[in-house]
Amino acid sequence: MKKERKNKMYRLAAWTWSWVATLAIATFGPKFIWDNHTFLTTFAILVNLANGILMIIANRNFFNELDELEKKIHLESMGITLGLAVIFGLSYSLLDQLNIIKGNAEISYLVMFIGISYFTCMLINTRRYA
Amino acid sequence: MKNRIKVLRAERNMTQEELADIISVSRQTINAIEKEKFDPSLPTAFRISKLFNLPIEEIFFYQEAESVKER
Repeated sequence: MKKERKNKMYRLAAWTWSWVATLAIATFGPKFIWDNHTFLTTFAILVNLANGILMIIANRNFFNELDELEKKIHLESMGITLGLAVIFGLSYSLLDQLNIIKGNAEISYLVMFIGISYFTCMLINTRRYA
Repeated sequence: MKNRIKVLRAERNMTQEELADIISVSRQTINAIEKEKFDPSLPTAFRISKLFNLPIEEIFFYQEAESVKER
């Protein structure tokens, strides 16, 4: 069980890094590598999308390997994170629409917020059951 | 829900890690069950019962919450 779990964790880590790398290539490639070539840009985005789907499958496989308490901790953290992301995301968007904040609302800030929320929820929940 | 897992484990000189490996859960889960912070699922309770060769009701004791008792 432990060996299988480690394998699935490494697979998830590999697909996550691969997704981040392909995202970076799709983001900076058009400007710095292939001079805005439409086919290459579309291809890079499709490769990134395929990587993302494989990352989700790896995440699901890893999640199914967790035991009942670990699943509960993750599910609670995901639920809270989803709620926070919707509430703060819409407020952030509204602040932008009403021109209360300078500049445009960036999706990257929301992604960072989701990551930090999930990490914090996991820490709190793990301590609760320790 | 109260339980006697810690006592039963100690009687058999078993560590949390060993028990966790046998019933296919993490050591943290065994620790949380022993400290009564987490109630195991029915399959896990049956695996524990089978391992200690005791009926489930001799390992786990259901206690009604105070709010339920007051009704």
